[in-house]
Amino acid sequence: MEYDVKYFDRFVRIFAKYLTENKEYLTQLDAAIGDGDHGINMDRGARTALERLGTMNPKTPRELLRIVGMALLSSVGGAAGPLYGTVFMKMSMTIGNKEKIDDKDLVKALENALIGIKTLGKAEVGEKTMVDVWEPVVEFLKEKVLNEENEISEICREIIKLAEERMKATIPMQAKKGRASYLGERSIGHQDPGATSSYLFFKSLCEALSE
Amino acid sequence: MKKLINNPENVVKEMLEGMVAAYPDLIKVHFSPNFIYRADSPVKGKVALISGGGSGHEPLHGGYVGRGMLDAACPGEVFTSPTPDQMYEAAKTVEGGEGILFIVKNYTGDVMNFDMAADLLKAEGYKVESVVIADDVAVEESLYSAGRRGVGGTVFAEKIGGAATERGWSLEEVKKVVEKVAKNVRSIGIALTPCTVPAAGKPTFELSEDEFEFGIGIHGEPGRKRLKMKPADEIVQMMMNAILQDMPLEKGDEVALLVNGMGGTPLMELFIVNRKVSQMLDGIGVKRYKTLVGNYITSLEMQGASITVLKLDDELKELLDDPALTPALRWKV
Repeated sequence: MEYDVKYFDRFVRIFAKYLTENKEYLTQLDAAIGDGDHGINMDRGARTALERLGTMNPKTPRELLRIVGMALLSSVGGAAGPLYGTVFMKMSMTIGNKEKIDDKDLVKALENALIGIKTLGKAEVGEKTMVDVWEPVVEFLKEKVLNEENEISEICREIIKLAEERMKATIPMQAKKGRASYLGERSIGHQDPGATSSYLFFKSLCEALSE
Repeated sequence: MKKLINNPENVVKEMLEGMVAAYPDLIKVHFSPNFIYRADSPVKGKVALISGGGSGHEPLHGGYVGRGMLDAACPGEVFTSPTPDQMYEAAKTVEGGEGILFIVKNYTGDVMNFDMAADLLKAEGYKVESVVIADDVAVEESLYSAGRRGVGGTVFAEKIGGAATERGWSLEEVKKVVEKVAKNVRSIGIALTPCTVPAAGKPTFELSEDEFEFGIGIHGEPGRKRLKMKPADEIVQMMMNAILQDMPLEKGDEVALLVNGMGGTPLMELFIVNRKVSQMLDGIGVKRYKTLVGNYITSLEMQGASITVLKLDDELKELLDDPALTPALRWKV
């Protein structure tokens, strides 16, 4: 399959819709182990991104992803702003000038986004962060798409299922990064809000395929 | 939730509008991106001192913009770190040719956003340094957490760092003395009630009528433990013990003290806290060189208090004594 600016526009709109719908849920998750603003901040970021897409009307995937990245960087705040901003900026940079990209290009863009998150947040798998969803999903995509040459559309259900499992797997973890880490053992038993918004990210990425 | 606000989405903007209306001689405000800056900036030949953080901790940081303290402050949304474009634009507005020092409270988001701003500025040839304040002894130092939070010590860092910039010290010298403050300052907080972020509409945590949270953070992050309510003197004793265990003080040491209200604590209670703090320090022969009692770094309407102790030497004493003229702190002017 080919991914053009229309695909990324659909993806961002679905992701934004999920963030706005889940504003209170994400905020509740964050209130339990963080500072209770993740949903509010991501919703503000989503609305800012949509507003800018509306006025700037990007013509290429690179331009679109850059606009979304800058919108998140300058409106979300907290740790999520730089982290999600980096996701979109890295994807934009990886795609470069191509008008359309293929499955392998998209996986490489996501891989670079993951590297960006890990560099900025200095987090590894198992520390109760968004990396706990991102890394296994990106590894799975690399295996299935880069090595076995599947198309992402063929493995969508598995991607969403894996992201959901990994999100839920953060519940018994003790946080070692971010504000939840101050809680020590008291962070155990709560689902990580960043892992949850990351699940929504991959779910949106897949759902944008079928519209 | 009952708050004296209009729309929860506009609280930061409307606060800034009200602030600049109150102190037009001291500060100016820039919107989109938001920052507060010295009315007389850029001050040429001086290092620019910039801080910022989530809103809801007023007067920190915007209240400390002015001669002898900050050149600019970048307010984020309530309890949310500011974004890189705020620090970037603020730095370009106030920079006076001698470089920029960021004072950053140690929270994952704050550190990331200030780092990104520093990278943007460095790419354009500016000299930028940062000092991270991490003075909250409630958080055990550990490789397995984000490290100690930055709290009340930030007020002293901004006062002393600002004095150093005003004296014309170089970026390296200002950074060094702010690092000295960071190294010699410790804080601990307690909460009697939670607080409510306007956009969230409900309290960030729950605390029953007969409990208090020991080691609370300034965003209502839980602390070391939740305990049954006790008389003020016993709570102060626990707080001071936590500080003194982490930074032992000896007879003859001199300190600056900040007995700080979290926003909803009557001054009467803060003075009762200060009474016990002073008795304890006097008891071990520690000299109280300067004491601040009041609301200096708050958590919206939270009831509670924090104690900050800064161990002083002659250099820090002199800089602490230098004049300051800001909306929230002024002396010797």
